[in-house]
Amino acid sequence: MTTSETKPGASFADRIGDVGRPQVEDLLYLEARLLDEWRLDEWLELYTSDAHYVVPATDTPDGDPERDLVLIDDDRARMQSRVERLNSRRAHREYPHSNTRHMVTNVELGAVRDDVLDVLAAFAVFRFRADRSVYYVGRYLIELTLVDGVLRIKSKRAVLDLTTLRPSFDVAIIL
Amino acid sequence: MTITGEPITGTTELLVDEDIDKRRFRVHRSTMTSQQIFEAERDRIFSRCWLYVGHKSEVPKPGDYVRRRVGGRPVFMVRGAKSGEIRVFHNSCTHRGALVCRTDRGNSKNFQCFYHAWTFDTEGKLIGVPDRKGYEGRDFADLSLAAPRVEQYRGFVFLSYDRDIVDLETYLAGAKEYLDLVIDGASDDVEVIKGTHEYGMAANWKLLVENSIDGYHAAPLHASYFQYLASIGTDISGGISGVGRDLGNGHAVADGEAPWGRPIASWEPSFGPEAKTEIDKIRADLVERHGEELARRMSKTSRNLLIYPNLIINDIMAVTVRTFMPTAPDQTEITAWQLAPRTELPLLRERRLDNFLTFLGPGGFATPDDIEALESCQAGFTSGGVEWNDISRGMARTPLQSDEEQMRTFWRRWNEQIQHLDASGGTLS
Repeated sequence: MTTSETKPGASFADRIGDVGRPQVEDLLYLEARLLDEWRLDEWLELYTSDAHYVVPATDTPDGDPERDLVLIDDDRARMQSRVERLNSRRAHREYPHSNTRHMVTNVELGAVRDDVLDVLAAFAVFRFRADRSVYYVGRYLIELTLVDGVLRIKSKRAVLDLTTLRPSFDVAIIL
Repeated sequence: MTITGEPITGTTELLVDEDIDKRRFRVHRSTMTSQQIFEAERDRIFSRCWLYVGHKSEVPKPGDYVRRRVGGRPVFMVRGAKSGEIRVFHNSCTHRGALVCRTDRGNSKNFQCFYHAWTFDTEGKLIGVPDRKGYEGRDFADLSLAAPRVEQYRGFVFLSYDRDIVDLETYLAGAKEYLDLVIDGASDDVEVIKGTHEYGMAANWKLLVENSIDGYHAAPLHASYFQYLASIGTDISGGISGVGRDLGNGHAVADGEAPWGRPIASWEPSFGPEAKTEIDKIRADLVERHGEELARRMSKTSRNLLIYPNLIINDIMAVTVRTFMPTAPDQTEITAWQLAPRTELPLLRERRLDNFLTFLGPGGFATPDDIEALESCQAGFTSGGVEWNDISRGMARTPLQSDEEQMRTFWRRWNEQIQHLDASGGTLS
């Protein structure tokens, strides 16, 4: 299958306004697969150097990470640290790694603002480890941009539909 | 289970075994696995202590309310519209039982039960009953919402289901001094920040008590976190030193020198040069108001404080308020908030949040590994073969923060309550 040979971020366009849903879906599917295959260094390459990854608290879905308590607020440097930790054998909650399946669907393209394209998508992430199965369901609020003609993720906000995390325990995996 | 004072049956009678001469302190593993002990804890501990409900900053205006589970029971905390006082009510209609508060937070003039539309005001008084003529002769005075005992210490709201318990300040004993350090350090103007961590673990709640005040596990379990700290420029070469203290009534603290910076009030390079002026100013202000020694403790020391039985206040870089409650011997619901000075500069608030999130919480670089360790202990207990956990570290010396005196303090009080070893039937005297 040719997609297994796909290099990260292999969607090309001249202007962000030219990017269509198939290219956006290709990128989001690739991201999902890299996460599920635990190819986290390659996953990180899908993001811009000024990227942000945020997961708000379950009781404050509109939380502002600069002012409010959220679950995850990673700038690019902390995303890198997160990946290094998960790649090491010292992230005990994720060593050995869970089997995960990131499902991305209901992809809608929003407004183009300057060089940024807003995307809304639904996600369901299943996590299996030892004899436990848990899930995370919600929506992605994503900003995409072109870096040298390659479509990259500038920010991803994973807003959970779960009313509390309790049934899924923690978010030691990347959503 | 009724409270009759008989020992817990179905297991060895001795649950906590302290032998000073042998420098040996052991806790029987059935304390972590037994359904009977879980049920006894609900009656003898969670119904007979002061339990944390919330902070006054969560309900600033008349009619503001938050819904909580406290000691496993649904309650809600509301600021009375007439009195302005913070009240806590059992969340149950006095008519036939339905929840009268059915959203997690908000502001309301009254609480109307959706079943038969009985209506209560924010002071708990029954003010509306549809078709009242069907109740001719019935006095409604005894049908106000039921309230547990409620007391506050400097904005921290506690309840007790035990009418006869000692007052909250007496109960807090030596823990008061440490709460004061947190609150005075923030100029007596703290708030709970919006956003709650509500997560869970498949392990006994007492494992999280131990873990929250355990300095011994930091280096081995959280090696990857210390690596991260070093990578962002925090100098941790000084290591963590400090003492473990029994604060009375089961409360305990791991009290240590902090090698890292603190928004109150010790600058470090990762905070950025622009934060230095502000932090120096906060420090100078603390010295002026509290003197050099208290200001030093507020600024340069960290504290992991246990308020018995299930409230943790960790004042490390950020201040975490964490409470937890078992739903089964091997299942625990955990809730954590962050407390910060209300008037803090946005820059310092950001550093505080950064610090909180990198270490703490279910998506942090350390908390998930704590959960993994505690679940691993719980799984290990089911193997059998080993009857006792060993909690003896530091018995032959003045206890360090990396010793286990903090845990022994908890277990001694737990054992008194669960075995009814004191004459007053489990309440503090």
